[in-house]
Amino acid sequence: MPIVASLARATLLEAVRNRLLWLAVVVVVIAFGLAQFLNQVAITESREIQTALLAAPLRVAAVFIVAVFVITSMVRELSDKVTELLLSLPAPRSAYFFGKFAGYAMLASILALLSALPLVPFANSQGLVLWTLSLICELLIVTAVSLFCVVSFAQVVPAFAAVAGFYLLSRSMAAMQIIAGAPLQDPTLTDRVVNAVVNLIALLLPALDSMTQTAWLLESAPSVGTLGSVVGQTLLYLVLICSAALFDLYRKNF
Amino acid sequence: MSQRSIAVVPRGVLVLFALGLAAQIGLKATAPPPRAAAEDLAPAPSIAALRLASFGDPVPLGKALMLYLQAFDYQSGSKVPYRDLDYDRLEAWLARILELDPRGQYPLLAASRLYAEVPVEAKQRSMLEFVYRQFLLDPNRRWPWLAHATAIAKHRLHDLPLALRYARAIQRYAVADNVPLWARQMEIFILEDMNELETARVIIGGYLQSGRVKDPAELKFLDERLKQLEARTAGKSPGKN
Repeated sequence: MPIVASLARATLLEAVRNRLLWLAVVVVVIAFGLAQFLNQVAITESREIQTALLAAPLRVAAVFIVAVFVITSMVRELSDKVTELLLSLPAPRSAYFFGKFAGYAMLASILALLSALPLVPFANSQGLVLWTLSLICELLIVTAVSLFCVVSFAQVVPAFAAVAGFYLLSRSMAAMQIIAGAPLQDPTLTDRVVNAVVNLIALLLPALDSMTQTAWLLESAPSVGTLGSVVGQTLLYLVLICSAALFDLYRKNF
Repeated sequence: MSQRSIAVVPRGVLVLFALGLAAQIGLKATAPPPRAAAEDLAPAPSIAALRLASFGDPVPLGKALMLYLQAFDYQSGSKVPYRDLDYDRLEAWLARILELDPRGQYPLLAASRLYAEVPVEAKQRSMLEFVYRQFLLDPNRRWPWLAHATAIAKHRLHDLPLALRYARAIQRYAVADNVPLWARQMEIFILEDMNELETARVIIGGYLQSGRVKDPAELKFLDERLKQLEARTAGKSPGKN
């Protein structure tokens, strides 16, 4: 599939020429500087504070950069009619989709590695490896969902709002399920309906709340089994979202 | 942008989608449901951190945190008293929520009606003291929860001096017009229960003379109460027999 590789290379080149990697480096440097500043302020647990206050913003920044880049890049291609040009090539639409996805996935992996770099002096090594691999998985899910949303909506604002909503909901779903399942009085019909709806939504969302935990960097690293479940969930969700995006892409009349 | 027929979608994509959806639902359905365990209640963040996290609008954060905290005393709908819950942490959370949302009543309702009713006396007492301390910060709004705390101290803990302290605080500090008669008179009833009839009589007398009681029904009730107490005091006094 040379077209997939060419598209992936072109997508990565676009990210480099958009100075996206420079942006990532700047974010990493700023986060590192902020953590150093907070280290001076902290009276105790300075290493833990540095690690936590570096890891959490870097993860969110990586998610934000990936989502915004995927969405704006795809919308620009659509507006410039580059998508139509690429789809006119003698290759199936799936090749176009997987070429773009491969390029964005490589960028997501690079961003995850860059985000892990400033944590090297503070975090335990095994925990950091698992955290980085988990961040790659998380960013791959965000990439796939961003692609799905931009293929469906073809507009920056609705697509980004949908991705942001998806991400926030996925990360807080477990807490929402606990709250929904804990009414103060005996559950009424409305309580039961709300609980069922929340559980139904939870079935369709990936378990992002169990991914890329800052605690892995601070305490003893989790078992490899934890990584296994993260990778398993990622692969499964990629199959689901990529097939949904392909379904939408095949049905679009350009 | 118009849509093409579903027939143009390759069958493999449809199969993958169906398989992916079924596998995702299967995976999540077989996963154990998320549960909040008592030992999972983390230490409360500092008020500065919470204010930062609230992005300048602390009330919604306070409300959301209360719902989060609530999940630690009920699990999956079954009422379980959390004897193992760390009450120091719990108090810190409740205090932070009240700092974020001082007009909110939920934390004190939870403190007096949920957390103060666990069957562990030390935890009950610590929660009642928390309600008392918070009452002193805004007596006219928070008196109902101290009134409930007074009832718990009297009927559950059978600690009349403690109940008297709380009732006295309501009588002294909750001075708004909307504070009902029964709440302001709790002190008198507890004194009666403690057999301190003379003190109760003096308090009612002083209360009537203060001019704070304007309602005729309330005046009549207190007057009758005063007469009853005088009769009982006279009956107890050996010199009057």
